[in-house]
Amino acid sequence: MSGAGLFVAQFRREWIASLRSLQEAFNPLVFLFLAVTLFALGVGVQPEVLGGIAPGVIWVLVLLANLLALDGMFRRDFDDGTLEQLVLLGRPLFLPVLAKMAAQWCLTGLAMTVLAPLAALLLYLPAGVVDTAMLTLLAGSPALTLFGAVGAALTVALRRGGVLLALLVLPLYVPTLIFGAGAIDLAMAGSDVSAQIYLLTAISMLAVTVAPFAAQAALRIGLEQA
Amino acid sequence: MAALAGDAGPLLRLQEFSCERDGRMLFQGLDLAVGPGECVELRGPNGSGKSTLIRAVAGLYPDYTGSIRSAECLYVGHRPGLAVLLSAEENLRWYAALRPGGPGVSAALERVGMAGYERVACQHMSAGQQRRVALARLVLCPAPLWLLDEPLTALDAAGQQLVLDLIEDQRRRGGAALCATHQPLDLAGARVLDLADAAPAGAPS
Amino acid sequence: MTLKELWHRLGSPRWFYRISGPLAWVLGILALVLLVSGSVWGLAFAPPDYQQGNSFRIIYIHVPTAIVAQSAYMLMGVAGAILLVWRMKMADMVLAATVPFGMTMTALALFTGAVWGKPTWGAWWVWDARTTSMLVLLFLYFGLYALRQAIPRQETAGRACAVLAVVGVINIPIIKYSVDWWLTLHQGATFRLTEAPAMPPEMWIPLAVNVLGLYCFFGANLVGRLRAEIVRREARTAWVRALAAGELQTAREVSEDEVLRMGPGPGAGR
Repeated sequence: MSGAGLFVAQFRREWIASLRSLQEAFNPLVFLFLAVTLFALGVGVQPEVLGGIAPGVIWVLVLLANLLALDGMFRRDFDDGTLEQLVLLGRPLFLPVLAKMAAQWCLTGLAMTVLAPLAALLLYLPAGVVDTAMLTLLAGSPALTLFGAVGAALTVALRRGGVLLALLVLPLYVPTLIFGAGAIDLAMAGSDVSAQIYLLTAISMLAVTVAPFAAQAALRIGLEQA
Repeated sequence: MAALAGDAGPLLRLQEFSCERDGRMLFQGLDLAVGPGECVELRGPNGSGKSTLIRAVAGLYPDYTGSIRSAECLYVGHRPGLAVLLSAEENLRWYAALRPGGPGVSAALERVGMAGYERVACQHMSAGQQRRVALARLVLCPAPLWLLDEPLTALDAAGQQLVLDLIEDQRRRGGAALCATHQPLDLAGARVLDLADAAPAGAPS
Repeated sequence: MTLKELWHRLGSPRWFYRISGPLAWVLGILALVLLVSGSVWGLAFAPPDYQQGNSFRIIYIHVPTAIVAQSAYMLMGVAGAILLVWRMKMADMVLAATVPFGMTMTALALFTGAVWGKPTWGAWWVWDARTTSMLVLLFLYFGLYALRQAIPRQETAGRACAVLAVVGVINIPIIKYSVDWWLTLHQGATFRLTEAPAMPPEMWIPLAVNVLGLYCFFGANLVGRLRAEIVRREARTAWVRALAAGELQTAREVSEDEVLRMGPGPGAGR
């Protein structure tokens, strides 16, 4: 079977499974808006204060919402035994793992990019930079899913991996957060942000080349503990 | 059905094979050759390393010494390998996509007595029914060597007979099976390998 | 001995144990000499800084710990890659032995940075590029440490940490670069920790001595930990038993209790 076929078969499977448990897929998105609300309640609703911290708040919350979604990324497959069958396929896991990451990104990174204007509205982010915010999320969120998947794969066999996963993954999110939130800040000051968008894209590209291999190795390691 | 093994060499050969788990030697110095048409029952008390041996042969457990030479194998373990959210057909179609060349999904489901359950999500099936769908993979994805870990669990009498029939079919077409099991399979000509014999001296029996 | 032979020998814990005894001593003594002379020179004899006075002298501890902390992480990345590619047992032991040391050095670098920051900047913590990078490094170390603790099987834990270390090493340059950029965005004037060009030789030579000394200490510590780890992991092999028996014979006063502890047994030393 061709590589593309392998990718499509895996992606389709992930997609059907997510549609069957749509509530689960929505939870991180609901969390995102719940946390935005909490920020407004905690910081106060002066437009200049809230609008000033909005770039950082949006990016940090996207990071955390991504993290929450990651925990279950491989665990269900691990529990029901499909993961070991995938590993036993006798061909590189690269494509199926990449397909899982792509499906995961559609449900988190892409969905959050689409919903970003709504969060921006709640946080009084100036209307002129909403497109920049969406662009940074689009360019940067693949890196979140990809590096996050490595952490999810490393903790797949651990019953209580949640906090550990955060500890492993969040330091790797630092550059994406800095360039993502920084670009929106710059755009608010009226500067050109194409360099930051390129950098975010570059980080995501690096993640595409590294993360599937690392995740594949980590999944094999996780299965030793089954 | 077409013969699975071309040449007459063994489908599985273990030499000087030892496994360690959590700092404890499970078994050592194991030699085993499984040829076409053979079935080997793997016995031994709990914790003697039956599952670990099977997982090592399948390629899921790397901490062994010695050599494994094995033909292409199909592993059916404790976990059914079915996504509970997907239907039997969707699950099996995924397997067929990963390992093409079998008789097709509906034929496989019919062989294991699960025709009519194509569209039922696996989470709505009983443990025994899930087991049957998992066994359908044996029909769906032909492989010269089967690695079965407790294939009889959760199955009713008819289901257990089905497993035996499937193994007989596999032997007839020149394949082989290695089964970890507590219950004797009562198959004609099956060999028994007791891991208690390969346990290191001084180990608690 | 060709390089290839050396490579194969390095993979053998037994060989390493045999040759490394003197190595630990040499490195340890070198570390002691260098660290003592460098520190005394730096703290007592080097001239005070024309701006910071005597408070700058903490760089004789701060800079070496920071450099060694980063080198230790790099070493773990290399060891991790070796473990994943060649499955070399020794690489896992290097990985396991380096984490606590690197973590301590990172924490020490952060602490000395804070101590230095108070008189220099008037605050215990300043979001300076280097301190921020070190903070992220500390979190990376915590992650490695926590992952090893969370996985019960030793071999599995080693391989999992190797994956994490390799991914971490790939990310470190990006993290450093992003933190530098972040500071240009958020801070008008950045403080420089080390005014490198202005530093006269009598100030930086003791610093170099201390850096070298701390590397030697790292080496001695690593070799010592490796030797302990080798004996622990290979406790059931014939050569370690023979070693233990030999030591027991020469040292008759060893108590019965210790004889029992050195013996084999499932999960010895866990």
